[in-house]
Amino acid sequence: MTDLNSLALLVVIPLLSAPVCLLLPGERLPWLLATTVTWLVLVLALMLSAGIPEQGSLDYAMGGWAPPWGIEYRLDAFNGFVAILVATIGALVLPYAAASVAAEVAPSKLPGFYAAFLLLLAGLLGTTITGDIFNLFVFLEISSLSSYILVSLADRRRALVSAYQYLILGTIGATFILIGTGLAYAMTGTLNMADLAARLPAVAATSTVHTAFAFIAIGVSIKLALFPLHLWLPNAYTEAPSAVAAFLAGTATKVAFYVLTRFIFSVFGAVFVFKLTPFGWAFTTMALAAICLGSVAAIFQDNVKRLLAWSSIAQIGYTVLGLSMATVAGLTAGVLHLFNHALIKSALFLAAGCIFYRLKSVDLVSITGLGRQMPWTMSAFTLAGLSLIGLPPTAGFISKWYLLTAALERGWWPAAILILVTSLLAAVYIWRVVESAWLKPIAIGRAPVTEAPLSMLVPTWALVLANIYFGLDTSFTTGLAGRAAETLIGGSR
Amino acid sequence: MDPILFERYPYWIAILLMMIGFYTLISRGNLIKQVVGLNIFQTSVFILYIGLGNVEGGAAPILRAGTDVYSNPLPHVLILTSIVVGIATTALALGLVVRIREAYGSIEEDEIRAKDADG
Repeated sequence: MTDLNSLALLVVIPLLSAPVCLLLPGERLPWLLATTVTWLVLVLALMLSAGIPEQGSLDYAMGGWAPPWGIEYRLDAFNGFVAILVATIGALVLPYAAASVAAEVAPSKLPGFYAAFLLLLAGLLGTTITGDIFNLFVFLEISSLSSYILVSLADRRRALVSAYQYLILGTIGATFILIGTGLAYAMTGTLNMADLAARLPAVAATSTVHTAFAFIAIGVSIKLALFPLHLWLPNAYTEAPSAVAAFLAGTATKVAFYVLTRFIFSVFGAVFVFKLTPFGWAFTTMALAAICLGSVAAIFQDNVKRLLAWSSIAQIGYTVLGLSMATVAGLTAGVLHLFNHALIKSALFLAAGCIFYRLKSVDLVSITGLGRQMPWTMSAFTLAGLSLIGLPPTAGFISKWYLLTAALERGWWPAAILILVTSLLAAVYIWRVVESAWLKPIAIGRAPVTEAPLSMLVPTWALVLANIYFGLDTSFTTGLAGRAAETLIGGSR
Repeated sequence: MDPILFERYPYWIAILLMMIGFYTLISRGNLIKQVVGLNIFQTSVFILYIGLGNVEGGAAPILRAGTDVYSNPLPHVLILTSIVVGIATTALALGLVVRIREAYGSIEEDEIRAKDADG
C-alpha cells in the first residue's frame, strides 16, 4: 500500500517548485529543477497507479476534511491512466526542451518558461485527480493560464496574438464551466463528484440540471477543441514553441477529454446524457463533423505544425465518437485512442520541432529533400505518421481497430465508413510531408543542415518506438483502457 | 405579480450583465474593450453565485447571538476563489495586450490581422 499522502504530493510538488524555478539563476538550473520534478512526479504516478485496488479507487481527503465537505482526491483506473500519460509526456518533453526552447524563447524568459511549465503540469494533474468539481475548475484554470503564457513566450509576434485568442476562448469556456457548476450546486447542494452522482438523478428532469450540463459540456468542449469550438487550436499549436506544442497536443486536450468523460459518466450519468436527453447525439454529430473537417482542412495546410494541429482536431473527434457510443467497447476505444494519439501527436510535434530547430521554418516548401539531410528526424516523422494513419503494427492501428469494431458492434455503419475514409485522408496529408521530405530534390539555395542534436532526437525516438511497441504489445494499453471503461460504465449504472 | 420577475431579480441582473459582457466581447475589435467585456461576463457569474447563496430572511453568515438564519456562505467562498482566477486572467490578458501593442503598434484586431498578412 502506497502512502496516500503522495496523492496530494502529485500536485503539491510541481506547484511549489514553480516559484522556486522562477528564482533560480541562469538558464540551466530552472530546466534541471523542472526536469527532476517531472520525473519525480512520473515515478509517484506510477507507484500510486500500481496501488489502485481492482474495483475502486484511492481516496484522499485534502486537509483531513471528510468529503463531501472537504475536497477529495480520487485515483481510479481511468484517471490513474491519464495521470501516467501526462507525467510521461512531460518527462519526455523536458529533456527535449533544453535545446529546443533555448532556440525559440529569449534567454531572460527561460526561468519563467519552466515555472509556467511546472504550473501547467500541476494544473493538469490536479484536474485529473480531483474529485470535486469546483476544485476541477480551479486546476483547469491553473493549467489554462500557464498554457497561455507558454504559447506567448515564443520569439515571434504572432505567438502573442495566438495566445490572446486562446486566452479569450479558454476563459469563455472556463466561465461556462463555472456557470454549470453553480447551477448543479444550486440543485444538489454539493460539489463532490460522487455525492453529485448520487443526488442528481432525483432532480434530473429539471431544466436547471439540463442547463447545467449544457454549460459544462460546451465549456469543456472549448477546452477540448471539439468542432465547432476548435478555433483557438490551430493558431496556438502553430505559434507555440515546439516543445510546448508537443506537450499541449499530448496532454491538455487529453485532460479536457478526461474531464468531459468524467462529467458524463461519473457525475451526470450515462442514463441522463444518452437516454433522458439528446445530448449524446449532439456529441456524435460534433465528433463526426470534427473528423471530416479536421482531416480535410489538414490536407490543405502548407505548414507542418498547422497541418498537425488540424489533424489533432480530427483525432479529438475520434475519441469523442468512441465516448458518444456509450458502450464499454466504444469507451475503451475512446480511452485507448486518447493514449495512443498522445504518443503519436507528441512524437510528430517533437519531430516538427527538430525540423524547426535547424531550418527555422516548418513550411512544406522549405523542407524539400530534408530526408537526405536529417534522416533520423524525418524517419521518426514518417513512422509516427504511419501510426497516425493507422497502419499496423503501430499504436494508431490498434485504437482505430477498436474504434471500428465498436462502431460496427453498435451498428453505426456510416460512422465506420467515415473512420476508414478519414484514415485515407490522413494518409494524404502525411504523404504530402513525406513526399516533400524524401522524394523532392533539396531546395536550391538552402544552406546545408545537419541532424538535430541528440537531446532532441532521443525523446522523439522514444515516443516513436513507444508507438511501435504499443502496436505490438497491446496488453498494457488495452487492459488499462478496458478497465477504465468498465469502471466508468459500471459506475454510472 | 409573478415572483419570477421581481423576487428573483439577482438572476435577471446576472443574465443582463452576461449578455452585455458577451456581446462586447464578440462585437468589439479593440483588444482592451474585449478584455472589459470578458470581465463583465465573468462578474455576471459572480452575481449568479451570490444570488444562489441567498437564504430568505438570512443574515450575513457571521455567528452572532439572536440570529438563527444565515445566508449560505459556501458560494461566497467559491466566488472569492473565482475572483482570484478572474484577476489572474485579466492581468495576463492585459499583459498580452501590452506586448501585442509593442510588437504591432496597434490594439485593433483588423489592423493586427492586416499587419500579419503583410508578414
